[in-house]
Amino acid sequence: MSEAGVRRLCAANLLRGCSVLLAATAPRFFLDGFSVLGTPLTWLCACSVSVSALSVVLNAALGPSPPPRRGSLAHKVGFLKCCMYFLMSFGRAFLSLNTFLFAVLLSTFTTLQCLCVLGPNIQAWIRVFSKNGAMSIWDNNLQITTVCSVLGAWFGAFPIPLDWDRPWQVWPISCSLGATFGYLAGLIIAPLWIHWNRKQLTYKSR
Amino acid sequence: MPRWPVLLFLAWVSLLFAAGLGLFLSGFLLTRAELPQRSSCAEPPGPGPGPWPWRGQRPPRSCWLPRRFARALLVLIDALRFDFAAAAAARGRPRHYHGKLGVLRQLAAAQPRHGRLYRFRADAPTATMQRIKGLTTGSLPTFVDVGSNFASYAIREDNLLAQLVHNGRRVVFMGDDTWEGLFPKMFHRSYFFPSFNVKDLHTVDNGILQHLYSTVDGGEWDLLIAHFLGVDHCGHKHGPDHPEMAKKLLQMNEMLRTLVERLGNDTLLVVAGDHGMTDTGDHGGDSEKEVNAALFVYSKTPLFGTDPPEEPEVVPQVNLVPTLALLLGVPIPYSSIGEVMAELFATDGDAVSAALQQLDVYHINANQVDRFLRSYSLVAQDLPTEELQQLQDIFSSAVEEHAQLVAHVQEEKPSSPELQARLGRLLGRFQRYLREARAVCARSWARFRPLRMVAGCALIAASCLLCYVASALPAAPDSFYRSCLLAPLLWGLAAALLLGLACAVMQEGLDLLVVSSWAAAVSQVAFFWRWWACPALAFPMGILLFRCGAMFSDSFVVAEARVVPFLLASLVALLVGKLHWDGRLTVPEGPRQQLLSSSSYRKESWHLLYLVAALLLCVRLSAAFHQCREESPQCRPSLFLAPLAGLRDARAKNLFYLACVAALVALVCAVRRWLRHCGNLNGSEPAVLFVRWGFPLLAVFVACYWAVASSAEDSLGKLQELVHVALVAFPWAVYGLVGAGLLLVLCKPVTVFAKDTRETAGPIVTPYLGVASSEVDFLHVIPQIYRRMQESLKSHLERGGCGAAVAAYGLGSVYSAALVIALTLLAFLLLLLHSERLSLAFLLLFLEAFVLLHIHARARKPFSVPWYAVISWLLAASQFFYSTGHQPIFPAIHWNAAFVGFHLDHSTNLLPALLVGANTFASHILFAVGCPLLLLWPFVCEAPSTQRRKARKEPREELHEEEEHMMEMRLREAPDRFSAALLQLGLKCLFVLGMQQLVLAGMLMVPHCACWARRFLFEALGFVVSSVCLLLGILLVMRVDCAVSAWFSRLQLR
Ligand SMILES: [Zn+2]
Ligand SMILES: [Zn+2]
Repeated sequence: MSEAGVRRLCAANLLRGCSVLLAATAPRFFLDGFSVLGTPLTWLCACSVSVSALSVVLNAALGPSPPPRRGSLAHKVGFLKCCMYFLMSFGRAFLSLNTFLFAVLLSTFTTLQCLCVLGPNIQAWIRVFSKNGAMSIWDNNLQITTVCSVLGAWFGAFPIPLDWDRPWQVWPISCSLGATFGYLAGLIIAPLWIHWNRKQLTYKSR
Repeated sequence: MPRWPVLLFLAWVSLLFAAGLGLFLSGFLLTRAELPQRSSCAEPPGPGPGPWPWRGQRPPRSCWLPRRFARALLVLIDALRFDFAAAAAARGRPRHYHGKLGVLRQLAAAQPRHGRLYRFRADAPTATMQRIKGLTTGSLPTFVDVGSNFASYAIREDNLLAQLVHNGRRVVFMGDDTWEGLFPKMFHRSYFFPSFNVKDLHTVDNGILQHLYSTVDGGEWDLLIAHFLGVDHCGHKHGPDHPEMAKKLLQMNEMLRTLVERLGNDTLLVVAGDHGMTDTGDHGGDSEKEVNAALFVYSKTPLFGTDPPEEPEVVPQVNLVPTLALLLGVPIPYSSIGEVMAELFATDGDAVSAALQQLDVYHINANQVDRFLRSYSLVAQDLPTEELQQLQDIFSSAVEEHAQLVAHVQEEKPSSPELQARLGRLLGRFQRYLREARAVCARSWARFRPLRMVAGCALIAASCLLCYVASALPAAPDSFYRSCLLAPLLWGLAAALLLGLACAVMQEGLDLLVVSSWAAAVSQVAFFWRWWACPALAFPMGILLFRCGAMFSDSFVVAEARVVPFLLASLVALLVGKLHWDGRLTVPEGPRQQLLSSSSYRKESWHLLYLVAALLLCVRLSAAFHQCREESPQCRPSLFLAPLAGLRDARAKNLFYLACVAALVALVCAVRRWLRHCGNLNGSEPAVLFVRWGFPLLAVFVACYWAVASSAEDSLGKLQELVHVALVAFPWAVYGLVGAGLLLVLCKPVTVFAKDTRETAGPIVTPYLGVASSEVDFLHVIPQIYRRMQESLKSHLERGGCGAAVAAYGLGSVYSAALVIALTLLAFLLLLLHSERLSLAFLLLFLEAFVLLHIHARARKPFSVPWYAVISWLLAASQFFYSTGHQPIFPAIHWNAAFVGFHLDHSTNLLPALLVGANTFASHILFAVGCPLLLLWPFVCEAPSTQRRKARKEPREELHEEEEHMMEMRLREAPDRFSAALLQLGLKCLFVLGMQQLVLAGMLMVPHCACWARRFLFEALGFVVSSVCLLLGILLVMRVDCAVSAWFSRLQLR
């Protein structure tokens, strides 16, 4: 584990966090009456698009894993597989637009990140999400942000039955908010955690 | 195997819980006997009024006393707190609710003898329904009315409305539709509006306003009640101090002003609030702001003889009933304990005649209360005798004095100051009598006993802790039971005896509940004295914590039907996530995997994931059978809940019927298939025969019953008689068969088929009779057994369930087979009690339970049931409480269940209560009885994987192999561990169940949460049912154990 790697990770996370915040604020300048709570669906779209675009760009630029050669058969199959996983992770999301958009957001925070870092390799996915599976700080980062996003979405479900009559208490807005906050928290926690445990973290070499 | 201590221990713990619950409930529930008597016009209480000059001419249609008003207009503004009607406070910030009802103050100021404002004191609980009861019966509230009607809310006691209707008056109602249920068919005309959506401020009020003025002007009424809900709903939604409240109150003010303008001279206007509200807009408890409502009376003719006092008087709510009754000239309702507002009865004449008029009213009122107290003390003993005696003394002396005075006045009729003083004293005496009578009643009925509630809560909490500690204890065989069961029990008994003796010595009445809870407390102390440990928390506790925490919020209680499946799914997902995280699902890493830096799942792990997916699907599907709560008006109950008979479309009806029958057939086939798979469906044991022939027969009976019940009434014309017979005969056939089946399972639970192979001479030696005597024995037996096993495999019979007793089919799953059979029988019974289409839900229930068991078996630890399994099992039980179309509210109870197999009559209340209870707690019953399966299933599921490998094994490796798939016979090998595991399982279940009780009970201690009493009642009943069924399930397992022992000894004899 190198200092430079950690620094790169921090920078990447900072960028990701900024993209989330930007998605919540920037559209106001283009769209009339945009606000996170007022037009949640637009926000969901914006957030997913910005985060996924950034992830792809970051992946290309920083490239924690060497990208496969462009144009090769493996690459094409891999891309197809990616799309399949991405869609599969929506689950039963095709029932309504709300649910669909929430699923897109959640998979942007989780599946897409995994795809960028690990590629369409299910064994690698299984490996990363087990106790001693992390092999780099990127893997750790992935673990923490993914778990935080899912947890955030889970906790986001709790205010739904409450009778406060707030606009954000509707499915899937509270869950999306929860997931977003969880993701942001994960982005902050991950470098801190890695920094905290840098003594214990010894990665197996490939 | 020490069976009895286990059962005794569990029973003891259940009793501890029961004592705690009982103590809590006795401190919490308000109970009062309801009297069936009604007052009648012809029989006034006490001596009737004589022909005295001040009574004047008696107007027509008057009872007991001459009426003062021909009609009354009762405007009930829900949650009209006193300060809403009063003037704005001089000091402090002006609130939104201040000073908005100006018309009341103006009237009172301009015409002090025509209108007056009172403080109207409501009795707790300040829930609308209880208040309506109080406002019409003149009595104190109860949660559970002893002797009340079985199936409806309707008020059975004598009440003001019934008296009016009985005496030929017309009662017109508009507003809150709660009244419809309380007074069915009582109104001359009525306009009901839905009241359950507390978010909706205007529907009820605007609906009333549409009809109110025209009705008032139309004049076709003697009592008009208008119950406005807007203020209350506004309080719930926004709180009292909100601009919306100001608007609402101004609207009410406008309405009152218009009404006053249209008021006739012979009409009394009463404006009342049924209760107040707290500063957050809630009500239900007994805080000052909740019980302090406003009352305003007004008429165009002078009402009062004197000017109003400075400070508004306080009038208890029950006083309105006798006042209104006598003013309108109808008898006071029989059970009323109110005191008339005497100032309304003295208008004209000098002070003496006014006092005499008031005395008349008091006299009638006191006689009526006395009559009620006498008849009440004949029926119930909850009023203390000595206080009744005191009351009696006051009453008789006052009556005597009254008679003397009347005689005195009739003789001379002087109006001396001395007479005035006597009159005043007598009035005071009557007043005192009436007030004390009410106080005595209130003391013994409408009082929470906080000490008992706290003690009950503490007992439940201690029992929970006990369960937790005991379930974590390592179980040493004999001394364990002696020290942790016998000693506490003895201590408890000793304590009970001591208290009993003390009571006997002190000549006090013995309260069984107090004694039993005392004993429970002492025995708990004795337990903790010996076994104090602080156990560690396990991770699934988090989910349980959420489950319990969810009960703290009203909204979560309302949404529980959605919360429970969510938590169940989370728990299972969490479990799988944890297993994955710990690497227990992946293939152990070989060098190759390390090279590729990847890992993959084992085959069984994929199996587990499929199971989880199936579980999620089940959870998802089971939501289709939801019932609605009254709080969520936009919710539509599932169409599966309605009986098929109500379906118009014949085609749809047939299709649904086929689906239901298919579900039934699927259930029978699945159970039979499972039993066959385990080898428990061989031979001719009575239980096996019953499964073979009895189950299909049961299914046929149930299907026939459904067919008859759902067929249209008219289409069968001539066959009407036959249909009626069939409607009774089929359910009884099912009851009989299920009863017979359960008896059979209890008497002959062994479903093992021992194939006697004649070729081998000598007795079959089985290694299950305790420890194998010698290694030689083993070596001699095993190859023989294996050979025979191969024979049996060759001959295409079902596989021998357990390896060593080769020809004993199904020995390895004998425990679970008995449980499964019993569960299926129970399911048939419960299916019959539900409406037809819920059979699909029951199929889902079995499927989900099966999937849960398999998940648990995959992630198993032998001989101990982990917390997550218990919690998920009980969460599933709660989930299916909702998914079989139930809700913990009274209107959602399936009352029809009481009449399955009975024509519409029951001689006792016991049988219908049992049927309805079985219907309501169906899933509790099934899951609790099936609880021991959690322990057994990992053993049952042991077989298949080893079985397959077995065929390829060399005979030399047999010894090892044989030991590996003994399935449930492992339990017999280690009887101590078996019983310890059963005990642990039972304790864990009781702990999880008890925690929910504890939280709810704790919630109810907070004063304003009294409205959750019904929820708590359901939970408490569910707990009792669950714990009893749990004990029965464990009892069944032990019974099987006995029977298996007997079976082995018979086998040995052969
Ligand atoms: Zn109310
Ligand atoms: Zn209310």
